[in-house]
Amino acid sequence: MSQYIIRRLLQMIPTLIGISIIVFAISQMVPGDYITASQNPNMTAERADQLRALYGLDLPPVQQYFIWAKNMLVGNLGDSFQHKMPVTEVINTYVWNSFVIAFATLILSWVIAAFVGVFSAQFQYSFFDKVVTLLVFLLMSLPSFFIGLLAIKYFALDTKLLPTGGMTTAGLNASGFEYLKDVGLHMIMPVAVMTTLSVGGLTRYFRTGMLEVIRQDYIRTARAKGLKERTVIFKHAFRNALLPAITLLGFELPGLFGGAMILERVFNWPGIGQIYLASLNLRDYPLMLGFTMFLAVLTLLGNLISDILYGVADPRIRLK
Amino acid sequence: MEQPSLNRTEQLQEQLKIVKVESPWRIAIRRFAKNRLALIGLIILFLMFVLCFLGPVFSPYELNQTSVKNKNLAPSAEYWLGTDKLGRDVLLRVMLAGRISLTVGLVATAISVVIGATLGAVAGFYRRFADTLIMRIADIFLALPTLPILITLGAILSDLKIEPSKRIYFLMLIIGILGWVGLARLVRSQILTLREQEFMQATEALGLRDSRKIFRHLMPNTIPIIIVSATLGVAGAILTESALSFLGLGVVPPTPSWGNMINAANNLIDFRKRPWIWIPPGVCILVTVTAINLIGDGLRDALDPKMKSR
Repeated sequence: MSQYIIRRLLQMIPTLIGISIIVFAISQMVPGDYITASQNPNMTAERADQLRALYGLDLPPVQQYFIWAKNMLVGNLGDSFQHKMPVTEVINTYVWNSFVIAFATLILSWVIAAFVGVFSAQFQYSFFDKVVTLLVFLLMSLPSFFIGLLAIKYFALDTKLLPTGGMTTAGLNASGFEYLKDVGLHMIMPVAVMTTLSVGGLTRYFRTGMLEVIRQDYIRTARAKGLKERTVIFKHAFRNALLPAITLLGFELPGLFGGAMILERVFNWPGIGQIYLASLNLRDYPLMLGFTMFLAVLTLLGNLISDILYGVADPRIRLK
Repeated sequence: MEQPSLNRTEQLQEQLKIVKVESPWRIAIRRFAKNRLALIGLIILFLMFVLCFLGPVFSPYELNQTSVKNKNLAPSAEYWLGTDKLGRDVLLRVMLAGRISLTVGLVATAISVVIGATLGAVAGFYRRFADTLIMRIADIFLALPTLPILITLGAILSDLKIEPSKRIYFLMLIIGILGWVGLARLVRSQILTLREQEFMQATEALGLRDSRKIFRHLMPNTIPIIIVSATLGVAGAILTESALSFLGLGVVPPTPSWGNMINAANNLIDFRKRPWIWIPPGVCILVTVTAINLIGDGLRDALDPKMKSR
C-alpha cells in the first residue's frame, strides 16, 4: 500500500510540471502586467520600470518560469502584488471562508442524497421515484449563477428573509454567539444553492448504487430469513450501497478548498474563488498562478485519495 | 417420406421470414422511443431550435434596433417579453442569443469529440509509446483547473480586443480543446478491447492500412459511446459558455448570448425591478440543458445498457 502511494505521488511530478508550464504560458499571454493594470496616474515611467525590475517582470518569460517553479518547489508561491503578502498567506486567509460553506454543503448534500437515493431505489418506478428522477435532471442542469440570482431576488430583495450577500452584516461589531449567528444567516443562501446544485448528481449515484445492491442474493436471503424490511434496507443494503460512494469523497477535495468562483461572486462571499477572480483583473500573477497550481495539486491528491479509499472500501480491489 | 421433410423445410423458411432480424440501431431506436422522459426532452429541444432559428424571422424587430422611448417596458402584447434599457425587444434577443449559445455548445462539443475520439483511438490502437504519451497529456488536462483557465483565456480575449463577432469562434475552440479528455479515455478503453477481437485479425489478414483499421473498423464500434458522451457534452458546453458569458468573459455584447443577457442582473435596478430582462434567458438555459441531459440519458439506456451504472 505505501509503495503504491509513493509511486502515485512520484507519478504526480511530471503531471504537475506539465500543468505548471501550461498555466504559466497562459498567464504570460495576458497583455499588460500588474503595473499597467494598477493604473496609478502618479507613477512615472522610471518608477514603473523600477517596480517591474523589483517584481522580476522585466525578465524573459522562460527565466521567470524557472524562478517561479524553483520557488514553488520550496513552498514559496511568491508575494501577491495586490495583497502585499505571500500568496500562501492569502490562500490561507480566504480558503477557510470557502471551506466553511463548502463543508456545510458537503454534509447537507450527502445526507439528502443518501436518503432520497435510497428511498427512490427502494420504491423503483413509484411516483416518488419518478419525481426524483426528473428533479435530478433539473438540478443537474441548473446554471449556478442563475439560480443564485433568483435566490437573492426572492429571499433577500423581495421577501427580505435573508441578507443579500457577504459574510457579515456591514458595520456589525458583534463577537461570540452574535457573530456566529450573523455568519450563519449569511451562509444559508450560498449553502442552500450549492447543495441544490450538487445534490442531483449525488442522488443519482446513490440510487444506482442501491439498485445494484438490492438485486444481490444476500438481500434475498435476508428477506427470506424473515427480517423486517427496514432492517434489510438499512442494515444490510444501505451500508454496501454507501461503499462505492466513499470514493467520491476524494473527488470532493478540490471543491472543499477551491472555492466556488461564480457563486462566491454572486453572493459576494469573501472566499478564495472570489479573490481569484479579483486577482485576474489586477494581473496579480503570483496569486493567479499560485491558486491555479494549488487547485491542480488538490485535484491530483483528491484522485489519489479516492483510489486509496476504493481499495479500503472494497477489499476485492488490490492496489499495486 | 420425402413430402413431409420438404414441408418441414418450408415451415422453417416460413418461420425464418417471420422473425425479422433487427439491427442494433433499430433496437436502440425502439428502446429510446419507449423512454418517455427522453422523448419529452427531444421534443423540447426541437422546439427550442425552431424558436431560436426560425423565430427571429417572424419578429417585427431588428437585433440592434434601439429606441429610447420604448426602453425598459414591461412585457406587453407588443413586446412579449418587454424591452431592455436600450429599448431592444427582449424576446428577439433571447431567440438570437439561443442561436449563439446552441451553436457554441454544438461546435465546441464537435471539436472535443474530434480531438477526443482521434487521440483515444490512436492511444488504444498503437498502445506503447503513443498510449503513454497521450494518456500522460490526458492526465495533465484532467487535473488542469478548467474554470480558472477558461476565465484567464476569456480575459486574454478581452484584452486582445477581439471583435465580438469573431470572439465566439475562439470561445468554441477553447471550450472544445479543454473538453476532450473524458471521451478520449472512453474511446481508448473500448478500442483496447475491440482490437483483440477476431474481426481485427481479419483486417490484419486482409492487409489493411492502419488508418483504415482505425477509422473503418474500430471507430464505428465506438459510435454509441461517442454519441452519448457528445450529447451530455453539449449540455456541459452550454453551461460553461453561459457561466463565462455571465462573467463577461465569454460571448460579449453586442452579440447576445443567454449568459451575457443574465449579466444585466448585475445592474441592481434591472435585477430587482425588471426581471423580464434576465429571467427568460436563464429559463432557456435551464430548459435546454435539462432537455439535452434527458436525451443523453435516454440514449445511454438505449445504446448501451451496461453503461447505465454511472
